[in-house]
Amino acid sequence: MLSFIAQRVVKGVIVLLAIVVLNFFLIRLAPGDPAIVMAGEAGASDQVFVKQLREKFGLDKPLPEQLLIYVKGVATLDLGFSFRQQAPVAKLIMERLPATLLLTLTAFAISLALGILFGTLAARFAGTWLDTSVTVFALIFYATPIFWVALMGILLFSVTVDWLPSFGYETVGGNYRGFAHVLDVAAHLIMPAMTLGLFFMATYTRMTRASMLEVKRLDFVKTARAKGLSDGVIQRRHVLRNALLPVVTLAGVHSGTLIGGAVITETVFAWPGIGRLMYDALLQRDYNLLLGVFVICSAMVLIFNLITDLVYRLVDPRIEFAA
Amino acid sequence: MSKRVLLGLLLSISVAAAAAAQEPKTGGVINAVIQPEPPGLMLAMVQNGPVQMVSGNIFEGLLRYSPKLEPQPELAESWTVSEDAKTYTFKLKKGVTWHDGKPFTSADVLFSVEMLKQTHARARSNLMQVDKVEAPDDTTVVFTLKQPFGPFLGIFEVGSMPMVPKHLYDGTDWKTNAYNNAPIGTGPFMFKEWQKGSFIRLVKNPNYHEKGKPYLDEIYWQIIPDAAARSVAFETGKVDVLPGGSVENFDVPRLSKLKDTCVTGAGWEFFSPLAWLWLNNRQGPTANKKVRQAIMYAIDRDFAKDVIWNGLGKVATGPSASSIKFYTDDVPKYPYDPAKAKALLKEAGYNGEKVRLLPLAYGETWQRWGEAVKQNLQDVGMNIETISTDVAGGNQKISDWDYDIAFTYLYQYGDPALGVGRNYVSSAIAKGQVFNNVEGYSNPEIDKLFADGAVATPDSKRKEIYEKAQKILVEDVPVAWQLELQFPTITRCKVKDLITTAIGVNDGFKDAWLDK
Repeated sequence: MLSFIAQRVVKGVIVLLAIVVLNFFLIRLAPGDPAIVMAGEAGASDQVFVKQLREKFGLDKPLPEQLLIYVKGVATLDLGFSFRQQAPVAKLIMERLPATLLLTLTAFAISLALGILFGTLAARFAGTWLDTSVTVFALIFYATPIFWVALMGILLFSVTVDWLPSFGYETVGGNYRGFAHVLDVAAHLIMPAMTLGLFFMATYTRMTRASMLEVKRLDFVKTARAKGLSDGVIQRRHVLRNALLPVVTLAGVHSGTLIGGAVITETVFAWPGIGRLMYDALLQRDYNLLLGVFVICSAMVLIFNLITDLVYRLVDPRIEFAA
Repeated sequence: MSKRVLLGLLLSISVAAAAAAQEPKTGGVINAVIQPEPPGLMLAMVQNGPVQMVSGNIFEGLLRYSPKLEPQPELAESWTVSEDAKTYTFKLKKGVTWHDGKPFTSADVLFSVEMLKQTHARARSNLMQVDKVEAPDDTTVVFTLKQPFGPFLGIFEVGSMPMVPKHLYDGTDWKTNAYNNAPIGTGPFMFKEWQKGSFIRLVKNPNYHEKGKPYLDEIYWQIIPDAAARSVAFETGKVDVLPGGSVENFDVPRLSKLKDTCVTGAGWEFFSPLAWLWLNNRQGPTANKKVRQAIMYAIDRDFAKDVIWNGLGKVATGPSASSIKFYTDDVPKYPYDPAKAKALLKEAGYNGEKVRLLPLAYGETWQRWGEAVKQNLQDVGMNIETISTDVAGGNQKISDWDYDIAFTYLYQYGDPALGVGRNYVSSAIAKGQVFNNVEGYSNPEIDKLFADGAVATPDSKRKEIYEKAQKILVEDVPVAWQLELQFPTITRCKVKDLITTAIGVNDGFKDAWLDK
């Protein structure tokens, strides 16, 4: 297993390097650079000023040289400096990463737990009103854009009934400590996590349902039934376990999408995470910061995928750690 | 007691009561919205709107300006101008200290001037008029100009020339200086905390040089990226101040009607944002003056004001906003007249060539405006193609002159020599610039008028020159002026005296107080 992990890590590093190089050029294909953005904001511009900015950002150097400098930096775990925000990129990302991880992991947990639960229920009672309700419910959340769910959530739970805060990570100026702080953050987390989670929950519900219905028809389930096992044991230990493989695969793929989805959720709920940082960096052509966020996100996706591979083994012991 | 005496007594009591009601109260916290999140807080290094709004509380300039644009003391307590209008002597306030306790002196002013020349594009251009700056003693600064420069006293507000602490920046690498994110100024509020993505917290400066001020204990600048969420935050009472431009314009009427809500359009007199369409004067159909005039007639600017901007603002008459110096409305007029536009296009020989329109990527209101203008121009037979891009992409296209028509809005800084001339004189044409004369208009007469206007004395002479320039420009239509924009500031009515100068919320909250 260790050699399997080691090989995956090496492959991951190569993929990461390829992502860095690709993104480095992709970002530069977009029109405009940080100097143009900053000159625009200064309310005046002259060529000397723009030239000075480009020199300051190192944008006057040839592209291959810029790439070499950047890759060298990444290899030594130095993500560079954001001239736009006048701070090291790693510091800016680390300030925001915990909030994003809290949001995405909560949303992930909600979506997976509820998705599997509803999917199992729908499959168990296939063709009944419960199945129809769950399917329709899942379809609605799958088809509704995240920002719309978010805005409707704010209107209902913040403006109309005033149960939940509409924005932010904590009550500004609240100065809560200890458990009160945990509760405060949790109250702020409910709406964004549910908004982000509901979309993915819908996918897992449908996937679990379909997969379970398929497994149910297989011979070994009939054998289990013939053996006289109880329905609950058959569903849990035989059907669900075998039906989970595609769900686990999907969850691994979704790890990246979740971070992408977090951009919208973080924007609407003013959640101080990495998604918003990435969006601002893109608009401002803050190259170093944008690349830094990409590196971290890519690394996270690679880690999630590694975890997925390990979970496969747990779900289905027949799968070997073949490199 | 006679009736007259009684009436007099009652009157004086009510006047006294009214005066007492307006006596500022000390204490309290204001929650305001800031959008987008400032990239840093060092005003000398980054000058976008949000940075000015927050840092206008931390830093100060030598002067500030009344709503009528008259200079008022800030870090300078008095100033004199020599008879030849070339030497300006400022006496600095005594006893002013930086937030870290070090004294503010003329050496800081000298250092700031040198630093800003390298880091602040607008200050750099304003300071080009200066031959030398000297500090004969700790509280005196003398600016000697190369030649008289009419608007010179108009370049000293905090956003245009913030004072920088020499002892913290001299000899350091400015761009990586740690104080950029935890700034030290002389202003009424001190930087306390910045939770990136959430809020910026400023606290009262107890040693502020204006005794008794500021009145507030703290300001929280809350970072809420989504416009609809900002409206909700105000509606649900989480924030007290929505500075101009924080919510989409179509939300302004609804929010204004909320209970205990006050709205003001004041505080933009210095900036006077004026929106127009850049028209490429070099190539394509817009190089023809008749086509440019046709565009002026074709666009229903009242519709834009009343529908897209919800009645806020004013239809522009020409290159100067009505609130800045030497404005005149005695210029040729371009009412909405599609028939005349069609006739002019025919005269110009326009044959349906494609015209690229670049809207401004500043949100919903601007997108709708782009669509309305496109429709107006299509109605008179123009073949319009909208080019969609983000702000950086748009800036790049404009600075490369790669457009036919492009939306913009620019500040005018109170005086035509500071904020108007730069868009029309031929010396301001240079590829690679986002602003200035990107339309490529060139007229030796205009060049001369703006050159003369900047150095002429007295003001009556300047008035004459600028009025003439406005007439010529409006006739030539180098760009298509649209609206004098108004960005209303929305507050809870308990917030008093938030806006007291021509710089508005960008000038700090030192006069603001809460009527609890």
